[in-house]
Amino acid sequence: MSATLFEKIWTNHVVTDRDDESLIYVDRVLLQENSFHAFDKIRREQRSVRNPAQAFAFSDHYVPTRNRELGLGGITDPEIRNMVELIASDTDAYGIELFGIGHDYQGILHVVGPEYGITQPGLVIAGADSHTSTHGALGAYAFGIGSSEVAHVLATQTLWRSKPRTLQITVTGERQPGVSSKDLILYLIRTIGSGGAVGYAVEYTGDTIEQLSIEARMTVCNMSIEAGARAGLIAPDEKTFDYMRGKPLIPTGSAWDQAMQHWQTLKTDDQATFDRDVRIDATAIVPQVTWGTNPEMVVDVTGTIPDPAKENDLERRARMERALEYMGLQPDQSIQSIPLDRVFIGSCTNSRLEDLRIAARVMDGQTCRLPTMIVPGSEQVKRAAEAEGLHQIFENAGAEWLAPGCSMCVAINGDKLGPGERAASTSNRNFEGRQGQGGRTHLVSPAMAAAAAITGQFDNISNYSEARSWNL
Amino acid sequence: MEPLVTLKATAAPLRLANVNTDQLFPARFIKKPRAVGYAQYLFHDIRRNDASELDQNFSLNQARFSDAKVIVASANFGSGSSREGAVYALYDAGFRALFAPSFGEIFASNCLKNGILTATLDQPTIDAIQSLLLSSDDASVIVDINSETLTLPSGESISLTLDPFQKHCLINGLNEIDLSLEFHDAISAFEATYRQQYPWISS
Ligand code: SF4
Repeated sequence: MSATLFEKIWTNHVVTDRDDESLIYVDRVLLQENSFHAFDKIRREQRSVRNPAQAFAFSDHYVPTRNRELGLGGITDPEIRNMVELIASDTDAYGIELFGIGHDYQGILHVVGPEYGITQPGLVIAGADSHTSTHGALGAYAFGIGSSEVAHVLATQTLWRSKPRTLQITVTGERQPGVSSKDLILYLIRTIGSGGAVGYAVEYTGDTIEQLSIEARMTVCNMSIEAGARAGLIAPDEKTFDYMRGKPLIPTGSAWDQAMQHWQTLKTDDQATFDRDVRIDATAIVPQVTWGTNPEMVVDVTGTIPDPAKENDLERRARMERALEYMGLQPDQSIQSIPLDRVFIGSCTNSRLEDLRIAARVMDGQTCRLPTMIVPGSEQVKRAAEAEGLHQIFENAGAEWLAPGCSMCVAINGDKLGPGERAASTSNRNFEGRQGQGGRTHLVSPAMAAAAAITGQFDNISNYSEARSWNL
Repeated sequence: MEPLVTLKATAAPLRLANVNTDQLFPARFIKKPRAVGYAQYLFHDIRRNDASELDQNFSLNQARFSDAKVIVASANFGSGSSREGAVYALYDAGFRALFAPSFGEIFASNCLKNGILTATLDQPTIDAIQSLLLSSDDASVIVDINSETLTLPSGESISLTLDPFQKHCLINGLNEIDLSLEFHDAISAFEATYRQQYPWISS
């Protein structure tokens, strides 16, 4: 029987079936500060945590990006401090490893998971954050869950799930200079819509995907959720295996060989079919910019703001009008004419070493016109970037080089946009108020954000002569 | 979880359509630990007037509904985000049964996970019950899950249609974790084989 990559992982994890749902074994559960409700539930119901070693917790959503050297003492807001302390005491009580402040690998759960070897091909990974789909870049079935379900996994190591349908998205062709995996996924969401993959586990295939680095693949899988997908996966290949080698939780010696035998079977069989297929021509993609309040509201950097009057679907038209009002934009205004206030480079979408390298190449020797925050995804990324001197490039350009965490992606740690402030952001959600009440977000790639920091507006970076040499 | 079989309690009418989870439990309180008691945040903003005082027109602020465990609400109760804090707030404030013409889907499923009954009744019935509760001195009702009935202060009994799975969970005080733990042996057997086959994953 031929099967897709997703089907192989699914079959491997079914404990039992009930009506239209299956009880799925969960290999790893990822927690963050908001998981305190799950721990409360476990306590209230007097349950135990079945396998603490299969749970990993992260201080990322609430940790401040400043005064980190002061440890907990650097957190002035008592409520935020309480959140950071809670996850520490809860994980301590149940013997769960915490990547907290002061840990060598502290950082955003979706950045640390792969770099610590928590993420591996073929695993089922459930995380207390919707962007858990990121981990699919290594060939895992990974998805976000709410607090009751976190408690369910902690207590049972399983979850009830209905089997998603399968969708293959094939991306082919060579990308133009300056076009990154962020542009690719924004273009895809623009093409299929924010509900375009609802109910599906997506597998990305095609030479463009194969050509992407593992970090770039994570960006694609990360934002799969913004197209409504239940998960995004990419079959592991030589690049995946090279990436994993030597990471703390990756097996070595004969265990590695044994794991490899399994990992190499994790690909869609030639004869297997998907419930649906979508093809994307990568050669047509130019740098993308969101103009509205949903990640499907995307246009080319060379384009203009769409005119709601030309939209025939009335509901859509109303949404567009509301988005334009919130964003303070006019129909037909050119994207490159929008004046920006701030730049945020960070989040689990784009805060890895490669993202920072590109941003540094754009900023090298330049001066930022806009206040610019650069928030590495993890301590590990921060150390690696500093070893290469990237932080000096940023600081010389006048950007802020900060401590790892979610920061202004979700704006609950104190970093936020003011009302009406407009930012170029490398994060994943441009919802109303997401980056601060009244804040206006334009989602872009790290290179685009860095260029915006320098010029104060969106530039078509494909025209930069050096773009050809960026290893995107 | 506490089983819910019969409940004799005061029922409070809440005549407000589309009450969403943000109104049930405003987002700014999500950082609060549950231990502080979420009851104080329930309906926090909508139960107060502009001067931040409790609004006596809001039924749940009235002394005669202060010990209510039942809410007879209006359409689309619990719409909006999946925030489970909304359900915690209701639970902490003592509510165990909710009646409305319709409920937010995720909210209703979160209620079940926390042992709170959500039962739908048609609009005219809800209107009539709300009027009755507002006008009569006695607002005590009896909810009986077994017989699927709601008995009003007038003695009139209204029949309910409950989902068999919901009924089973509430009567037995089962939550989803309990149900899944009925598969404990199957999980252990699966895990043993799985670990043998893929030893590097858990070592
Ligand atoms: S960076 Fe943003 S999307 Fe990613 S885990 Fe943090 S809050 Fe969630």
